[in-house]
Amino acid sequence: MAKFEEGLRYSESHEYIRVEGEYGYIGISDYAQHELGNVVYVDMPEVDDEVTAGEEFGAVESVKAASDLISPVSGTVVEVNEALEDKPELLNEDAFANWIIKVQLSDPSELDDLMDKAAYEAFCAE
Amino acid sequence: MNRTLYGNLIFELSKKGRKGYSLPQDYDRTHTTAELPATLRRKEAARLPECDELTVVRHYTNLSHNNFGVNDGFYPLGSCTMKYNPVINEEIAGLKAFAGLHPLQPAVTCQGALEVYYNLQVSLAELAGLSEFTLNPCAGAHGELTGLMVIRAYHESRNDVRTKVLIPDSAHGTNPASAAVCGLEVVEVKSNANGTVDLEDLKRLIELEGPNIAAMMMTNPNTLGIFEPRVLEITEMVHKAGGLMYYDGANLNALLGECRPGDMGFDVMHINLHKTFSTPHGGGGPGSGPVGVRKGLEKFLPTPRVKKVVVNYDLPEDGPTEWEGFIVDWGQSESSLGSVGNFFGNFGVMLKAYAYILSLGSENIKHVGQLATLNANYIKERLKGDYLLPIKGLCKHEVVFDGLADKSTGVTTMDVAKRLLDYGYHAPTIYFPLLFHESLMIEPTENESKETIDAFIDVMHKIAEEAKTDPEMVKTAPHNTPIGRVDDVLAAKQPVTTYWKSKQSS
Amino acid sequence: MYKYFPHTEEDLQEMLKAAGAKSVHDFFDDVPEATRFKREYELPEALSETDLRLFFEQLTAPANTQPLICFAGAGCYDHYAPSIVQNLIQRSEYLTSYTPYQAEISQGTLHYIFEYQSMIAELTGMDIANASMYDGATATAEAAMMAWGNAKKANCVLMSETVDPKVRRVVETYAHFHGFPIKLVPAEGGVLDRKALDKALAEGGVAGLIVQQPNYFGIVEDYTGISDAVHEQKGIFIVNANPSDLAILKTPAEWGADVAVGEGQSLGIPMTFGGPGVGYMACTEKLMRKLPGRIVGQTLDNRGQRAFVLTLQAREQHIRRQKATSNICSNQSLMALYVTIYLSLMGKEGLREVAEMSYAGAHSLRDKLIATGKFKDTFPGQPFFNEFCVDYEGDLDALLDECTASGYLAGVKVGEKTLMLAVTEQRSTEEIDELVEIIQQFKEEEAKA
Repeated sequence: MAKFEEGLRYSESHEYIRVEGEYGYIGISDYAQHELGNVVYVDMPEVDDEVTAGEEFGAVESVKAASDLISPVSGTVVEVNEALEDKPELLNEDAFANWIIKVQLSDPSELDDLMDKAAYEAFCAE
Repeated sequence: MNRTLYGNLIFELSKKGRKGYSLPQDYDRTHTTAELPATLRRKEAARLPECDELTVVRHYTNLSHNNFGVNDGFYPLGSCTMKYNPVINEEIAGLKAFAGLHPLQPAVTCQGALEVYYNLQVSLAELAGLSEFTLNPCAGAHGELTGLMVIRAYHESRNDVRTKVLIPDSAHGTNPASAAVCGLEVVEVKSNANGTVDLEDLKRLIELEGPNIAAMMMTNPNTLGIFEPRVLEITEMVHKAGGLMYYDGANLNALLGECRPGDMGFDVMHINLHKTFSTPHGGGGPGSGPVGVRKGLEKFLPTPRVKKVVVNYDLPEDGPTEWEGFIVDWGQSESSLGSVGNFFGNFGVMLKAYAYILSLGSENIKHVGQLATLNANYIKERLKGDYLLPIKGLCKHEVVFDGLADKSTGVTTMDVAKRLLDYGYHAPTIYFPLLFHESLMIEPTENESKETIDAFIDVMHKIAEEAKTDPEMVKTAPHNTPIGRVDDVLAAKQPVTTYWKSKQSS
Repeated sequence: MYKYFPHTEEDLQEMLKAAGAKSVHDFFDDVPEATRFKREYELPEALSETDLRLFFEQLTAPANTQPLICFAGAGCYDHYAPSIVQNLIQRSEYLTSYTPYQAEISQGTLHYIFEYQSMIAELTGMDIANASMYDGATATAEAAMMAWGNAKKANCVLMSETVDPKVRRVVETYAHFHGFPIKLVPAEGGVLDRKALDKALAEGGVAGLIVQQPNYFGIVEDYTGISDAVHEQKGIFIVNANPSDLAILKTPAEWGADVAVGEGQSLGIPMTFGGPGVGYMACTEKLMRKLPGRIVGQTLDNRGQRAFVLTLQAREQHIRRQKATSNICSNQSLMALYVTIYLSLMGKEGLREVAEMSYAGAHSLRDKLIATGKFKDTFPGQPFFNEFCVDYEGDLDALLDECTASGYLAGVKVGEKTLMLAVTEQRSTEEIDELVEIIQQFKEEEAKA
């Protein structure tokens, strides 16, 4: 069974964001990693790249599937999780502990368009 | 096929100093590459294998024994039309006079080759119900791309900016990929419960995208093996919106003798010579993907073009003389979309396709679609108990099941496919089309006998039985093949794609 | 019944009955009447195997199809291949199989593709090669699209004017429809004009640069420093190289290329009127996941055996559909096998010997043509490999016709006065001398009369 974590905001394309001050950590939900299966590669942007809410910033690949990463917010990439370069399976082990990019938010009001845990859980159950 | 793994790599058989060739030694050695400045030369020799001839012969013979081809057994791989590849066609394609032709040699010295080329263009046009064909594209996907380029060149010539292409959700993955490479945006059209194009959805999309629609791509029969019965309405709707209709010829085999894409209203299409016209798949290629167009679109086809011409000479002694023959026209007309390959396509493949057409002749080609369709419907009726048939009714040259009827055993389509390998069959196409979760797509072709098909059906029933009595055994199949199931995750996570890399990592 | 149709009348009846049909026509009841094909195809009647042979024998009679002693190149070369190459690739297990999706019964194909990838990587010096492309021109076009897709901010891909115009046209065609401009960097004296290149790079927005080695005119260009200049603009450097010459010539990797592409026909594949050949494509590890086409990788099976399998498939059309790196789904597998067996036999030494002989022959022919007094070097002083250009003072067409009449394909006309000739190890000293003799003896006035 997929896990859902409190305190995060979720998008319909199954990314989450954990907000800390003006920064947000973006990753894929546990539900998403379950759907994908064994992750073999994470295509990540570079530091200083701009991301836009609703637009693609990378991709997660398993053996027989690939899923684009859609940014839940707009902002600037300040860090990427380099551990995923060698160990993409970390996303399968713990999707919430292993965020993909850290972003400086340019428009925190975008967070209001995202779902909370309860809403996201209901969305996945559909 | 040998069921134990041979497993060597040629590099592992190499020994310094051995050689597998002989070249003349009596040549003028006035000049050597040592004349070239050191900055232009490589530092270290390429680490190619060093082997004697027999070692190489045995290596590639033994390797071949770990392969399964149409000549080894039934190969019901859906959508791939794994016909018998007649040996006489190989003999003809191997004729020395063809093999030694340079593509840029004067036309007068290769009229025979150009005649084959030209006549194949004409034959395909007749079979497709279209005006003209180019044989330049090297494969089906290459043909799709070329065909879409024709469509874009047509719209461009009218200063009509159209960027969208309608593609049914059941389409081959190449359709949207070709559209994207051609700079077009894909608009997906839904299928209805019968697995055919949902005309309501199409109508909605045409209203929505109207003047943006460059084309609609369709396969008919579609990837479920089902004929699109409302094809004439579809082509009319798209034409009214100003779009052109593209026919993906992957499934053309079903229709040989029964109907032609041109008569269904299609404007542009490709044919896979390696499917419908029996040329071997060769482990993935070379294929050939000729593209045909309806009247009015010929001028957009890629160059070069092989043409039949009449030239009038006025010789002082003989007076006016007429020469009729074939030429390669390299002219780069304004309207042509451009070029899509080095020269003018895979001539070696065309020879085999033309030999096939001549062998069958008009009186036999017309039976191809009927017999392929009979074989598929026979399999459909006989397997539909044990295997879930999601869409009832007639199929054409292939049939799609949605896995085993009894889902309680946990045995998947993948498991059934792998178990078939143990019994000496190639697996059907699996997990495509994407409309069903457990797709199992079977295409028997017209070349397969009732005995072959009956034996296959028996094995399919037996596997359904095994799924109930010994599901674990089926889930761990194959057991009787040179290798077992492979670790795909390991291969993708730490890719080892050369011998040298493999030496480093071991 | 026909020899490729096994159905007897009895089979037909039994199968129709089981399928619930009265006749094979019933299966087409759902095809609208208006689209049914009701007449006979206008095609010839069936030929027996004997007649088929006769038909093609007649077409290949010397009057109809006449291979010439070949001094032409321009992307297609007449090289030697050991006899067993053709013999082995005709093995039905290779010839009649499909793309190796079912790894368990396709280890033959998967092994040789892995060998092929290793050999291409070794020849080019690159980290990884794919399982092959249609031909050298489309491989180059794919590389251009790769550069464009890889660039964050770019407005063009640069291409040297010294790239084969046929290849250029294919790249330009792909780029036009894909939606990016190709800027041609002009040539000066038969080689890439460095000043023009610097200027184009200085304008910025360059996704990549495509060059050819040896270039279209046969000249071995010095590309020192170019890769750094392109990388400074965050572009990728694409080298289209003739793989046969890489036995001797500096590798694309040594030039600092990010992507190496080219036509593999020169690795012993028969010319066959221009196809099938095989395009190769190799790149750095960094670009691995942007590489189009099939890739075979090593892994283990569940019995612990080393095995090979198609890998990195998440790049491909059957998974990513419109987001795939390319629409290509096949490769030229059998031609890749051809190359693999050829290189296994020729090996390290053989390929070098082929290169030496071709080099020696071409330089000897050039010397002899200049000595006739009828030719001048088109690009004096430029180093070349086995192909070169000379200018002819008279009527070049008439001269070429004369050579053709004597059974020689004396090169390819690449300008009003310019003839491009190629020599491979297949051309003997006698053939070279005879060609020179024909040219020496040729008198234009007589030909005209």
